[in-house]
Amino acid sequence: MAKHTLSILVENHAGVLSRVAGLFSRRGFNIDSLAVGVTENPDISRMTIVVDGDDYIVEQVSKQLNKLVDVIKIKNLDDSESVSRELALIKVSATASTRSEIVQLVEIFRANIIDVSRNTLTIEISGDTDKVKALEDLLRQFGIKEIVRTGLIAIERGNKVINAGEK
Amino acid sequence: MKLTGAQVIVKALEHEKINTIFGYPGAAICPFYNALLDSDIKHILTRHEQGAAHAASGYARVTGKTGVCVATSGPGATNLITGIATAYMDSIPMVAITGQVSTEMIGRDVFQEADITGATAPFCKHSYLVKKTEDLPRVMKEAFYIASTGRPGPVVVDVPIDVQNGETDFEYPESIEIRGYKPKYKGHPMQIRKVAVAIKEAKSPVICAGGGIISSGASELLLKLAEKCNIPVTTTLMGKGAIPCRHKLNLGMLGSHGSYVANYAVHHADLLIILGARVGDRAMGTAYKIAEKATVVHIDIDPAEIGKNIHATIPIVGDAGAVLADLLEIVEESSFDEWNKTIERIKTEHPQKYVLREESEYVNPKYVLSVMSDMVDEDTIVTTEVGQNQIWAANYFKTKKPGTFISSGGMGTMGYGLPSAVGAKIGRPESKVITISGDGSFQMSMQELGTVKQYRLGIKIIVFNNSRLGMVRELQKVKYCGRYSQVYMEDNPDFVQLVGAYGFRGERISRNSEVKGALERMLSDDEPYLVECIVDPEERTL
Repeated sequence: MAKHTLSILVENHAGVLSRVAGLFSRRGFNIDSLAVGVTENPDISRMTIVVDGDDYIVEQVSKQLNKLVDVIKIKNLDDSESVSRELALIKVSATASTRSEIVQLVEIFRANIIDVSRNTLTIEISGDTDKVKALEDLLRQFGIKEIVRTGLIAIERGNKVINAGEK
Repeated sequence: MKLTGAQVIVKALEHEKINTIFGYPGAAICPFYNALLDSDIKHILTRHEQGAAHAASGYARVTGKTGVCVATSGPGATNLITGIATAYMDSIPMVAITGQVSTEMIGRDVFQEADITGATAPFCKHSYLVKKTEDLPRVMKEAFYIASTGRPGPVVVDVPIDVQNGETDFEYPESIEIRGYKPKYKGHPMQIRKVAVAIKEAKSPVICAGGGIISSGASELLLKLAEKCNIPVTTTLMGKGAIPCRHKLNLGMLGSHGSYVANYAVHHADLLIILGARVGDRAMGTAYKIAEKATVVHIDIDPAEIGKNIHATIPIVGDAGAVLADLLEIVEESSFDEWNKTIERIKTEHPQKYVLREESEYVNPKYVLSVMSDMVDEDTIVTTEVGQNQIWAANYFKTKKPGTFISSGGMGTMGYGLPSAVGAKIGRPESKVITISGDGSFQMSMQELGTVKQYRLGIKIIVFNNSRLGMVRELQKVKYCGRYSQVYMEDNPDFVQLVGAYGFRGERISRNSEVKGALERMLSDDEPYLVECIVDPEERTL
């Protein structure tokens, strides 16, 4: 099993997200993460879906998604040909004795501290999945109270673009 | 010109040349029914919304047009669901129009509110919840376009009552542009050339024809290919009739409920050409094994079907008819003498036969269907229920023309036979329509006898009565050590008296010697008629 990142252009109407998500559950496919947002064209949204599965599963996911009338285009992004990011907000326990150590880690990871209280720090980190996970692992020793993360978003490198041309 | 939303729906139906629709009114769809009074469109009032959906499906299958069914919000809409799912699995073009509570009430759980677009999402081709009256002309145009093009299927149009009552300028769009929907009809020429080469190199080729042949109207082309190259043809249940059952190259149905020779051929083929079929588990349960030995050509209009259940050596996305036409231009004649001789030998060694006991107190259903095959003309339409009756009909009724065998293939929906016969008879009034059922499945939709009565439909009904849910009983006998659970239908009604209550004639027979006479009486006129055949509970499916 490997992770695949699908970049999908869809019509920006109500109900599209539930159609896409419903298709995954109906066909027994697993979604690792899903991120949606409007594109440069306000009629079109882009979904970035990370799927866990072998080549057969990913081919089936793509073909079944393509059958949805609201799906305009799908591309399976190659890891080496694209850049990806996710954003996480991590609330970690902090005492007078641990705070400076946490701040150091945050600096090493080029993350930001976006909220401070007497016994917590909230850290914002963006990066690829591995980087976010690495910081999370290091912070665990201090006591993570809560993590909120977006799904992965990705874009192709260089001149290549995915737009609403021919399906 | 300003029209109400309800009038727009009616006008759109007229623009789509729809002259018959099936439905059941209710509060939330009343504006539509009001507007319908001013149109020449014929509305068939069924006795249950599910009956309306199945009737629309039967109508679509015999006319090639898009079937239309209408229901109100809430339970009206949810009652359509089985019909929509049945049409989806068998790729039948259908537009289902449902009323909905008014837009400002949606989501408040008001009286008769149900999220029908949400509920049908997994088994309709597309759906619309129309929020503005001015969207209706475009939505209706798109709905009919999507339902009838590419791989056909059902489309749901849910219209809140205030949208039906609102006004808009009406102009029916002439063309449409849906950027996410571009069906492909023409197959790739290079791939088609590969098929011609594969046929030339093959020693034991077989064609497997599915429902796609019938829906694309490609039966003649299929026959041309089979005859030009002398390739035997097996069909799926949905493909029954794609080639005349008595054609010398026909092997009958394949799969778990199919003929010995069809399965032999598929498992010994070195080239399998799958045409307009989705390789369902009942047709090819061990598709991977077949693919290990044979070159597999898979031609289907739906790209998602290719590679789903069988690995295709030569995949071709396209309409069965279009691909066949291109292939016929380049394929060379062949004879496959040796292979056809083998097939002929297997056919003779393993015929589909039944034992006829004249003294028996029961009627043999296989005999009934065989005899009936010789008594009806080629335009006769047979619809079936699901269960043993479906498989008996599939294996023993000899279909002569494509599109005259109507059965719920993918979904296996009991209660499909009678309402689909209603739609078939309305779609082809000049044809005889016979529905084959069991005592269990007949009772699932028998309220539609009321529709048969109201519209004077001369539908012929055969009930194979073994007072059992025969197919489930057989499964329990074989796989559950004969521990029968809830398969005995105690105290069935007197079916002859039952249709008598509607003013129809009928008779009950329990001997094989009575079969011909009963069928003659049944077929002698164009009135409804029921023949109840008392069948041995031990009678096997195959």
